Amino acid sequence: MKRSLFTLALATLVGIAGSAAEAQTLKQVQQRGVLNCGANGNLAGFGLPDAQGNWTGFDVDYCRAIAAAIFNDPTKVKFIPLTAKDRFTALQSGEVDVLIRNTTWTSSRDTTNGLNFTGVNYYDGQGFLVRKALKVNSALELNDAAVCVQQGTTTELNLADFFRSNNMKLKTVTFATSDEAVKAYDAGRCDAYTTDASALYSERLRTAAPDDHVVLPDIISKEPLGPSVRHGDDQWFDIVRWVNFWLINAEELGITKANVDAQTKSDNPDIRRLLGAEGKFGEAFGLSNDFGAKMIKHVGNYGEIFERNLGQGSRLKISRGLNALWTKGGLQYAPPVR
Amino acid sequence: MAQAAPPRISPFYDPRWRSIAFQLLLCAVIVWLAYSAVTNAAENLARARIASGFDFWNSTAGFDISQHLIPYSAQSTYGRAFWVGLLNTLLVSFLGIVFATIIGFAIGILQLSKNVLVAKLARGYVEVIRNLPLLLQLLFWYNAVLKALPVLRDSISIPGGMLLNNRGLFLPKPIFGPGFEAVPIAFVLGIAGAFGYRHWARRRQALTGQQAPVFAVGVSLILGLPLLALALTGFPVTFDFPEMGRFNIRGGIEILPEFAALLFGLSIYTAAFIAEAVRAGVQSVSHGQTEAAYSLGLRPLPTLRLIVVPQAMRVIVPPLTNQYLNLTKNSSLAVAIGYPDLVQVFTGTVLNQTGQAVEVVAITMAVYLTISLATSGLMNLYNRRIALVER
Repeated sequence: MKRSLFTLALATLVGIAGSAAEAQTLKQVQQRGVLNCGANGNLAGFGLPDAQGNWTGFDVDYCRAIAAAIFNDPTKVKFIPLTAKDRFTALQSGEVDVLIRNTTWTSSRDTTNGLNFTGVNYYDGQGFLVRKALKVNSALELNDAAVCVQQGTTTELNLADFFRSNNMKLKTVTFATSDEAVKAYDAGRCDAYTTDASALYSERLRTAAPDDHVVLPDIISKEPLGPSVRHGDDQWFDIVRWVNFWLINAEELGITKANVDAQTKSDNPDIRRLLGAEGKFGEAFGLSNDFGAKMIKHVGNYGEIFERNLGQGSRLKISRGLNALWTKGGLQYAPPVR
Repeated sequence: MAQAAPPRISPFYDPRWRSIAFQLLLCAVIVWLAYSAVTNAAENLARARIASGFDFWNSTAGFDISQHLIPYSAQSTYGRAFWVGLLNTLLVSFLGIVFATIIGFAIGILQLSKNVLVAKLARGYVEVIRNLPLLLQLLFWYNAVLKALPVLRDSISIPGGMLLNNRGLFLPKPIFGPGFEAVPIAFVLGIAGAFGYRHWARRRQALTGQQAPVFAVGVSLILGLPLLALALTGFPVTFDFPEMGRFNIRGGIEILPEFAALLFGLSIYTAAFIAEAVRAGVQSVSHGQTEAAYSLGLRPLPTLRLIVVPQAMRVIVPPLTNQYLNLTKNSSLAVAIGYPDLVQVFTGTVLNQTGQAVEVVAITMAVYLTISLATSGLMNLYNRRIALVER
C-alpha cells in the first residue's frame, strides 16, 4: 500500500512537469467524444453563454463547425471561457484543443508562444470608444488622456505604440478582464476604452447609457483574428485551418444551410468535392469524406455565421467590410479544395 | 578481567546507519525528482518549440504601467517592468502592514472596552469584515471610491492645493532647492537624539526612579530639528501644484484610486484579524496582573502600556506575523482592480507576451517566498527580543 502511494506521488510529480508532447489531437478528441474549445465567455457576437448556458457567437460557431466535422454533432463541444491573459497558457498546457477567442495573429505568438495560427476568420483593427461629451473627433486628439485597456492583448501594446509614435502622453489603466475595464471606463476612470473595433460595438452596449458613447473612426492597427493550435500536430493544424477554408469556399459557391442537401446532387465539380460527393478529400484529413456537408448543414457557411452573430441578423449590425469575400471587394479568400 | 567486546551489529540492523541510509535515499529521490521535472519540462517546451530561458529579460516590454516608482516607459525592458511591479507590491504591502497594525491594535483594545457601545461596535467591525471575502471587499471599495468621487471637471479642491476626483488624489509636489540637504541630516540627528535621550532617561529611572517625558522630547527632537533646519536655510522648497489639463491633471503627485482602494481594503481586512490576535493576547494576561498594578497605584493607561501589553505581545506576535504574510500575499488580488503589482504586471502582461509561463511563474514564486521569509525572519527576531527571558 505504502509503495503504491509512493509510486502514485512520483507519477503525479513527474506529470506536473509536463506530459509527453501529444501529436494526436484528433484521436484524443475522438476518444474523449467532445472537443475542448478555448472561447471568449464575455464578448457578445464572438462568444457569450446565455442564462441557460447556451453559447452563441462567431467564434463559438467555429468551435461547433469543428465538432460537426468530427462528430457530425455541433453540440459535442465543451466551451472553456478564457481571459485574454490566460488563453495561451491554456492552449500550451493542453487544457484546450483549439483556441478560437478573437485572438490576433502575430509573429511572436506564432513562434515563441508555441502556437500556430491556422488562418484569419475575422479581419479587425483597434479603435477607441469615448464619451460624446468629450467632443473628440479623432484618436489624435487624445493626448494626455487616461485609457482603460484589457491585459494580455495586442491592444495594450498598440496603444503604447500609437501614443508614442504620435508624441502624445498616455495614462493607461490595465485590467485583467474586459468586464472590469469597461466598468471602470463607464465609471469615469478613463477618457477612452480601447480594444478591437468589432468588440467596441458590443462593449458599447454594456455601458449604462450606450448613446452617450461613440466609437472613433480611427483604426490604429491590423488585427487579423483567427483560430490557433499547439505546435507539433500537423494533422490537427490542417483540420482547423481547412474548416475555415471550407466555410469560406461554401459561401463562395453558394452552398447554404438550407440548400446543402440539394447541392450534393449538383453537377459543379467544385461543389461536389466540397461536399464529399467526389474524391477522397475529407478522408485525407482523417475525417469522414462528407464532413463539409455535415458542417454546413449544422452551422451554415462563412457568410451565414457572420450575419447570424455579427451582421444584420444580430444586435451588432457590423457590415462585412474587409470580411466580405474577395469576389465582393473583401479579403476573405480560401484556397481551392482539390 | 577484560570486558567482553559488545557483539558486532551488522550495519544493516544498526539504527544509526539505517537512519542515515534512509535520509540519503530520500535526498537522492528528491534531487532526482527535481532534476527529472526540470529536464522533462525543458524537453517538452523544446519539442513544442516554446521559447525558454531568460533572454526575454532584456527585451523591450512595449506596454505602459500606470504607477511606477522608478523611471519606466513602454521602451523599457521586461526586467525593468518586473522591478516596477515588485516595488509597487512592496509599497502597498509595507503601507498596508503599517495601517493594519495601527487599526488592528486600536480595534483589538476597543473590543475589551468597558463601554458596551464601543466594545460592541468594535466586535461588529471584526465580525463583518473578517467574514466577507477579500476580493469582494476590494471590488466594493474600488467601485465605491470611483462612483462616489466627482468627475475631473468637478474636482474637489482641498485646502493646500490638493485636488480630488475619480482619477485619484493629486497632491502638490515639493521641489527641493539648494540647501535642502540640511533637513534630512537634521531628521537623522533628531532620531539619534531621541534614542540617546531615551537611553539616558531609562538609566536615570533605573538609578533614581525619576521619570522623564521621553515621548514629548523625542517627538519634538524628531520634528523640531528638521523644521529648525528649514527655517535656518530659508525654506528652500517650492511646490508644483496640480493643474487641470484638457483630459487629466498635470503636475503634482498622483495617488491612484486603484492604489487607494487596494491599500484601504487590505488594511481594513487584515486589521480585523489583527484585532482578534490582540484581543486574545490581552485576555491571556492574567487579571491578577492588572489588579496588582492598580494596587501599586498605577492608572489604567500606564497599566496597559507597562504591564499588560508587554506580556500580551508574546502571545500576539506569532499570529501577527501570519497576518503580515497574508497581507503581502493578498496584495496580489490587485489584479482585479487594475493596480499594477507584481502579479498584474509580471505574471499577467509579461507572461502573456513572452509566453514563458514556467520561467515567469517560477520567478514570481521565488519573489513571494523571499518577501515572506524576510518578513517572518524579522518578526522572529522581534519575537525573540520580547520573549520571556528564562533563567
